[in-house]
Amino acid sequence: MSDQRNEAQEIVGLNELIIECVNDVREQNDIAPGADISPDARLFGREGMFESLALVNLITSLEEAIEDKFDVAISLADERAMSQNRSPYRTIAALAEYAAELIAEQR
Amino acid sequence: MPSPVTLITGTRKGIGRSLAERYVGLGHAVIGCSRSEPEWTLDGYTHQIADVADEKAARKIVSSIRKAHGRLDNLINNAGIAMMNHSLLTPASAVRDVLETNVLGTFVFCREAAKLMKKNSFGRIVNFSTVAVPMRLEGEAAYVASKAAVVSLTQVLAREFAEYGITVNAVGPTPVQTDLIGAVPAEKIDALLARQAIGRLGTLDDVANAVDFFIRPESGFITGQVLYLGGVG
Repeated sequence: MSDQRNEAQEIVGLNELIIECVNDVREQNDIAPGADISPDARLFGREGMFESLALVNLITSLEEAIEDKFDVAISLADERAMSQNRSPYRTIAALAEYAAELIAEQR
Repeated sequence: MPSPVTLITGTRKGIGRSLAERYVGLGHAVIGCSRSEPEWTLDGYTHQIADVADEKAARKIVSSIRKAHGRLDNLINNAGIAMMNHSLLTPASAVRDVLETNVLGTFVFCREAAKLMKKNSFGRIVNFSTVAVPMRLEGEAAYVASKAAVVSLTQVLAREFAEYGITVNAVGPTPVQTDLIGAVPAEKIDALLARQAIGRLGTLDDVANAVDFFIRPESGFITGQVLYLGGVG
C-alpha cells in the first residue's frame, strides 16, 4: 500500500516537474503561454503544444531536471516518440508515467 | 576562458590513449573510458569503465561530466573494434559485436554528448571511420560496413546538431601501428599501403593533427565532413 502511495506521489511530483520544463521551453521558444496546463494537456501531435524540435528541447531539459531531483541518469528516448497515439510524449500524464517507469528500473 | 572539457572513448591504449595524453598536455580536462582499467594514469585525466555500446553507461558518463564540469566541449568517438575475416567465414555474432561497438557506440555517445553540448550552444564531435571504406577493402566486410555507417551517422547528425552550434566530422585513418592491426600479416598491410597516395603507415600524430583541426574553435563552419588520411578517397 505504501509503495503504491509513494508511486502516486512520485507521479504527482513528475507532473509538476514536467509542467515546469514545459513552461521553460515555451518561454525559450517564444511559444505563447496558454491557459493553466493540466496533466492531460497534449504535448505533441494534433493540438499539441510543441513541434518536434521544441519537443526535443523539452525532453532533454526534463532528463536533466529528473537527474537533479531524483539523482538517476535516465534517457527518455523511445522508438514510439513520433507516434500520435502511443508516444510516451503525447501528454504530460503519459510522460510522467513513462519517466516513473524508467526511474524505477534504474533504482 | 576555462579549459576545454574533452571526452574520448576507447582510451586504454592505441590512438585513444595518445589523444588523451595529447589533450591533457594541451590543458584540457579529459574524461576517457574503456571496457577495462587502463595501465596508466595522468593528472587531468579521469577514467570510467564502460562498454560504449551500453547506452546507460554513456548516459552516466555524460551525467558525471555535467556534475563535475557543467559542460562538454569535445567528444572524440575513438572506441572501435576491427575484424578481418572472409565474409563466408564470419559468424553473425562477430558482425553484431562490430556493429554494436562501432555504430551503436558512436550513436549513443553522440546523442548523450549533444544533449550537454547544446546547453552551451557549442560542441565538437569527431567520429572515427577508416580508409577501408573508400577502398572497399575485401576481407573486412563487417568492419567496413560499420565504418561506412559511421560516415552516414556523421553526415546526418551534422545536420541535426547544426542548430545547436555542434559540428560533427569524421577522421578516416590509414592503418596505424597499434594493436588493432597487430594480427594482420605484413604482406596484407603492404598491399594496402600500396593503394594509398602516400604509401606509409599513419602515425599517432597524423591522426591527432586531423582531430586538432576539427575541434579548433575556428572550425565552426566545417561539419559533416570526412577527412581520409594518406591520400585515400
